[in-house]
Amino acid sequence: MIIELGHFALILALPVAVLQAGLGLAGAARGDWNAMAAARTAALAQFILIALAFATLVHAYVVSDFSVLNVAENSSLQKPLFYKLTSVWGNHEGSMVLWVLILSLYGAAVAWFGDAMPPRLCARVLGVKGLVAIGFLLFILFTSNPFLRLDPAPANGQGLNPILQDPGLAFHPPFLYLGYVGNAVAFAFAVAALIEGRVDATWARWVRPWTLASWCFLTVGIAMGSWWAYYTLGWGGWWFWDPVENASLMPWLAGTALIHSSIVVERRDTLKSWTVLLAILTFSLSLVGTFLVRSGVLTSVHAFALDPRRGVFILALLVVAIGGSLTLYAMRAPRLQPGGLFAPISREGALVLNNVVLAACCATVFIGTLYPLFLDAVGGPKLSVGYPFFDRTFVPLVIPLLLAVGIGPLLAWKRGDLLGALQRLWAAFAVAIVVVLIGLYVERGGPVLAVLGLGLAAWMAMAAAVEVADRVRLFRAPWPEVWRRAINQPRASYGMSLAHFGLAVTVAGISASAFQQQRIVMMHLGDQTQLAGYTLRFDGIGKHDGNNYTADVAEFTLLDGSRVIAHLAPQRRFFPLQQQTVSKTSIHTNLLADFYLALGDPDGKGGWAVRAYWKPLVPFIWIGGVIMAFGGAVSLSDRRWRVGVAARRAARAALPARGSGA
Amino acid sequence: MTWRRALYLLPLVGFVALAAYFFYGLSSGYNPELLPSALIDKPAPQFQLAGLNGAVPLTNQDFTGQVVFVNFFASWCAPCREESPILMDLARRNVIQLYGIAYKDKPADATKYLKEYGDPYRRVGVDETGRTAINFGVYGVPETYAIDRNGHIRWRFVGPLTPQAVQSQLMPLLKKLGAS
Amino acid sequence: MIRAVVVAALLLGFVPAALAVEPGEMLANPQLEARAEAIGKQLRCLVCQNESIEDSNADLAHDLRVLIRNRLTAGDTDAQAIKFVTDRYGDFVLLKPPVEPATYVLWFSPFAILTIGALGAWLYIRHRRPVPPDEPLDLNQRRKLERLLLEDQ
Repeated sequence: MIIELGHFALILALPVAVLQAGLGLAGAARGDWNAMAAARTAALAQFILIALAFATLVHAYVVSDFSVLNVAENSSLQKPLFYKLTSVWGNHEGSMVLWVLILSLYGAAVAWFGDAMPPRLCARVLGVKGLVAIGFLLFILFTSNPFLRLDPAPANGQGLNPILQDPGLAFHPPFLYLGYVGNAVAFAFAVAALIEGRVDATWARWVRPWTLASWCFLTVGIAMGSWWAYYTLGWGGWWFWDPVENASLMPWLAGTALIHSSIVVERRDTLKSWTVLLAILTFSLSLVGTFLVRSGVLTSVHAFALDPRRGVFILALLVVAIGGSLTLYAMRAPRLQPGGLFAPISREGALVLNNVVLAACCATVFIGTLYPLFLDAVGGPKLSVGYPFFDRTFVPLVIPLLLAVGIGPLLAWKRGDLLGALQRLWAAFAVAIVVVLIGLYVERGGPVLAVLGLGLAAWMAMAAAVEVADRVRLFRAPWPEVWRRAINQPRASYGMSLAHFGLAVTVAGISASAFQQQRIVMMHLGDQTQLAGYTLRFDGIGKHDGNNYTADVAEFTLLDGSRVIAHLAPQRRFFPLQQQTVSKTSIHTNLLADFYLALGDPDGKGGWAVRAYWKPLVPFIWIGGVIMAFGGAVSLSDRRWRVGVAARRAARAALPARGSGA
Repeated sequence: MTWRRALYLLPLVGFVALAAYFFYGLSSGYNPELLPSALIDKPAPQFQLAGLNGAVPLTNQDFTGQVVFVNFFASWCAPCREESPILMDLARRNVIQLYGIAYKDKPADATKYLKEYGDPYRRVGVDETGRTAINFGVYGVPETYAIDRNGHIRWRFVGPLTPQAVQSQLMPLLKKLGAS
Repeated sequence: MIRAVVVAALLLGFVPAALAVEPGEMLANPQLEARAEAIGKQLRCLVCQNESIEDSNADLAHDLRVLIRNRLTAGDTDAQAIKFVTDRYGDFVLLKPPVEPATYVLWFSPFAILTIGALGAWLYIRHRRPVPPDEPLDLNQRRKLERLLLEDQ
């Protein structure tokens, strides 16, 4: 009966969403305070109902209720409890419920913090979110319902794809969704602003925390997915430019552009219509990311079974959501009056450059992902667009941006002094040059581009440090003053420096991956092999009986000369239910480099295929991502975004502000 | 409307074009996974494969002057079992000349499979290394090829044949090739 | 990626997979092996999403790796070895799409978009009057600023 309760709660959430949309939008239009307040209540009720529905689904998985079709198809008795839980969203239907759960969570948060917001804006934002919720609730109830029963119930379920049985992948979707769906808030704000016909500094301040939060989640989500690929695939690849990854990268790029352009709206009251467009596009790309790719309409990865009804429904949703908002944009955006003027060389100018490059990068990923399908659909040749394409387009596009990341924060608003900024950055430039020279010397004849990438990373990291030092007048003012300045810096400015530094760290990790060394050998018990100055010894092989798999577990010792550094135990797991073999790699890391080991097939004569890699700086890729997200979180904690501060501070925005970033 | 206002329409226009393309993709039932064969209208690759159970080897020469269908299958392939009744039906009605190539299969396993699920083939060659399959451009089993009287590949079907595919593709093709 | 392989494996039949490049496949001659790896990195594993045959553990990728190594050992140039594969599987196997009229839009649009964007931004900034240098605040403004700063602390 419990599952029917959840089903009922989800059905009930639909009229509540209708109420939320109607009361919010009509209430704001008529100035009806009661209706606007009711919209907030509806948003909270919506969250409670969907949370209840989600909880019953979780319950069904935990108790392995195979009379529920969704559970029977995606879980099994043998599965550890942890993975029973995570399989709730490891399938299309369940992941959709998670999607609307997060949507309603954000809606409830907006309603909860709504007291300090202009009531009309709050009501309109909730109204738009209600509309989005209606669409997706209908989608779940009519095409992807996880609450359907199966009669008779089977004795055991079909299990989860063994590949998905992994902690990294278990938490990847929730983070990704927190990022995707968070963009719905910025979208709702953008549509609300278009309805009101007003975008100003206050608006930008209200949007900013939501945009930042979803950007942080998306950053973590993408980093997690990439890390998962890295340790799962058995050779350490971490990015493939495959449609699923690109789908998460596009909203990230657009969202990154959005958090930068909204600073300009906030500070200088300009770039308004562009920022609104970015907010719409970021969420649109999130929708494309979740649905077109996941549902298999475009790529047909068969990750989720393709159902043409679903495809048409999704398309209709996209047309209403994206087409509707863009129509509103075409009608209303021309009326948004641009504010402050600025010179090309200025903080605004740098942020515009950031936006132009990020938009071009996003377009490149978009075209690279969709063009082969487009060409195919119009009867052209079948093509693949893989990493060589992106290496030749995306990478050169990004380089000027990476150079500018160092300079932009040192430029003043309105009119900056490029020469002055460059002079202040001499130390960063010197360090970058030294890194490149050392790199070229050490890696004679090696990959030059990778060395330049390291130089670029050093440049960005140093520039971020110089910027902070500059702000607190390090070495130029007496220590007590430096200390006082350091404390009084807005958190947002530290957040920015951290995020830029994190980007530098990631770029270093990506560049250095060109220096990896590998050894692929057949090893027998007691054999030793050398890699990157280390010795790897094959000590033994045994069997391990997992809950729903059996594994060959190899034991290796990693030595530096005669000193033992680590014991490594890569596995080959066999899942009998699915008849699949999955490699479980073993990685020893000192955070500066990874020693990566995967166990291959036995040759039947006592030999085992072994793949060992030494990957310098590779952990930096994800550490950088975490630093970026942390920077975002620090910025989010800035008291300027806190409830109630925004309105008062808005008055100040009109005055020329200098020397604090975001 | 000034050009400036028109600029604000651009995103909408772009999206409408994209949506139209998606709709076309959905409604035409187009499947991006289906790869056309690079060998369509080209001579079928030369091969000589050991016949199943000591039968004479299967080679291209066996096909000359006839319209034949070549089906790649394997005993370890689940979708092949799904396809088997359709192939059996075609064989029973004697509408096509069907030859089988066992892909990456041991002769004993292939024999057992054919005994269990029925043998729709005139003859079967064993491609243990998978090299012949690569020459045909096979990327998974089952796949079915049509070869015309001149030894050219005219059609390729990926995945298990369905009754619809037989009706809408195979039969018309047969008519066309038989007539020419 | 691997998830695609796995799912595809359930749909089409594939031989259960081993890891990517295996020790037994590698050529003794390091130069030939390096060439083979470079070629393999350019070719798409047909049954995966954007994974090269060099990195894929699909069985067909294994066969193609071995095949390329055989061709190189037999004296093929890199171009001949690649052509051997594209003759059978089409341009689809090339991870880097060829630059031809059908792909001009693909190849040139990234830079075209950047150029148009940069030009548009430049025009937007320039179209509006240049900024007059900051004037010093008058007494009233200064008072207002001080008041706001005080309020803040």
